[in-house]
Amino acid sequence: MTTTLPLRTRGLSWRVRVRGVAVALIGLLLLALLMALNMRLGDIQMSLAEVVSGAFDVHSPAHFVIMELRLPRALTGALVGAALALSGAIIQSIARNPLASPEILGVTTGASVTVVAGVVASGSVTGGTSGLLTSLGIPALALVGGLIGAAVVYGLAWRRGLDGYRLVLVGIGVSAVFTNVKFWLLTIGDVTDTGRAMVWITGSLNSRGWEHVTPTALALAVLVPLALLGTRSLDALRFGDDTVTALGVRVNPARALMILSAVLLSAVATAAAGPIAFVALASPQIALRLTRSAHPPLLCSAIIGAVLTTAADLVARTAFSPIELPVGIVTAVLGAPYLIHLIWRSRK
Amino acid sequence: MRLQAAAVKLGYGDNVIVDGLDLGIEAGTVTTIIGPNGCGKSTLLRALGRLLKPQGGEVLLDGKRIDRIPTREVAKILGVLPQAPVAPEGLTVADLVGRGRHPHQTWYRQWSSDDEGAVAAALAMTGLADLAERPLDELSGGQRQRAWISMALAQGTDLLLLDEPTTFLDLAHQVEVLELVRHLHQEAGRTVVMVLHDLNLAARYADRLVAMRAGRVIASGTPHEVLTEELLREVFELDAKVIPDPVAGTPLVVPIGRPHHAHSAASASEIS
Repeated sequence: MTTTLPLRTRGLSWRVRVRGVAVALIGLLLLALLMALNMRLGDIQMSLAEVVSGAFDVHSPAHFVIMELRLPRALTGALVGAALALSGAIIQSIARNPLASPEILGVTTGASVTVVAGVVASGSVTGGTSGLLTSLGIPALALVGGLIGAAVVYGLAWRRGLDGYRLVLVGIGVSAVFTNVKFWLLTIGDVTDTGRAMVWITGSLNSRGWEHVTPTALALAVLVPLALLGTRSLDALRFGDDTVTALGVRVNPARALMILSAVLLSAVATAAAGPIAFVALASPQIALRLTRSAHPPLLCSAIIGAVLTTAADLVARTAFSPIELPVGIVTAVLGAPYLIHLIWRSRK
Repeated sequence: MRLQAAAVKLGYGDNVIVDGLDLGIEAGTVTTIIGPNGCGKSTLLRALGRLLKPQGGEVLLDGKRIDRIPTREVAKILGVLPQAPVAPEGLTVADLVGRGRHPHQTWYRQWSSDDEGAVAAALAMTGLADLAERPLDELSGGQRQRAWISMALAQGTDLLLLDEPTTFLDLAHQVEVLELVRHLHQEAGRTVVMVLHDLNLAARYADRLVAMRAGRVIASGTPHEVLTEELLREVFELDAKVIPDPVAGTPLVVPIGRPHHAHSAASASEIS
């Protein structure tokens, strides 16, 4: 059940969880499968051969659809899903609470407020949201808002150290305030502007292009290794603070570094696709159950986050074709029963 | 002197619990700190184990200020078992004990044969080898406490600080844990500092007793020197007889109690 294999060579040694490796490999396989399906399905159905020729042959009629529409969108979805899930796994470990997610860090709600404020304000100033704001300005606004939101939560939760429980409570409180500010902004804004803002705050992958893929991929290339290197201190941080110190870990710096990486991961994800609900909450818990480990495994959580988001976007894109739903609607519909299930279980 | 507190001032924020306390722990001894609730004994132990930073004075480990030594290096010399430690849910005994190897590991050396050997030895010493794969939540209080002690043992430190290692245990399990402590001290030559509530067990299993009251050390020395009827009155406000323990010869505290007993003794004599 919890079979582990020691892997040792010349002073290097690791412990490999057989089940964890299996889950990761199957997850990656599933992701590849979903990506392929995502390339094939849509308004224009394609065979796998057409997809491949579309990808590599610049003169193929499918080239534009694959390389400019479907591939960047699918890649954004997978990257964002992985980032959200990784962020969720870190937060759930630190808060020692399966109901914790980046929302309680103030990132997603903070981003929503600044984006809605930006859209509404620019609408009333320029009489409409320009293309530049949607492609460049919104991710930047979201990133800034997310980081400010996290700083507010962290600042209020800090009291001679950081307590996981206090962090959750402060996070929920701050999120409620941000959410209400967001609704207030939506009610005073112009109808067309707020309509656009609504799509963003639901979390959407519609018309995501390479300008979303590249920055997200670059950010993850830095943040994912950083988070994975922190796995060991995260393992220690699951214990009470005194035990963590006794084990030779500097509690506050270690925890601050892990929270910072979780904040940056979810801020980058939110900047690219808006606050997609439930991926960060559900993926670590699914990974935990599949690997039968005692705590959310980081790498498996990330892979499952990518699988979930890609699957959800496939449904969002094709289920009511030609209407494309925001992916956040699908994840929310799938996630709400899951959340109820989790709360129900923890009540027992 | 392996571990030393020099004029330490300890507390939480404005609430100062210990002020200007000096204490030295000699190598290879078992020292037990006793005292009434709230006298600062756990606070002192936390400071000795660098879990609490002194507001004044200093704690020295092998002559060096403990807060100037990297915490990871301290963790290779000094193990601390906090009072009522918290473990994450669903952890197995082997997982918990394995975590004790943390200070010896790096990201590229996560499970060496040394780690494996230390964990196996710690489990064997506490008699938990058969329960290694069981989740911690399924164990009895005594077994769980032994698992935590195993974790501190797997850390492989010369010095062990144990904060009330026998709380929540019945008498048989208390004795079992303290026998283990004595074994560690006698066989492996480790230096142990612990906080205990039971005075009779403290007297039996310690080389040195430190009696505290209101943040000050009132007496320290061998159990015979410290556990006297006068000291019990001064430190615990307890009237008691101290007789030799019929088994070990160490001091045995027999409380006299309140007028209730005097009254019943008196009425008994009236009847006769």
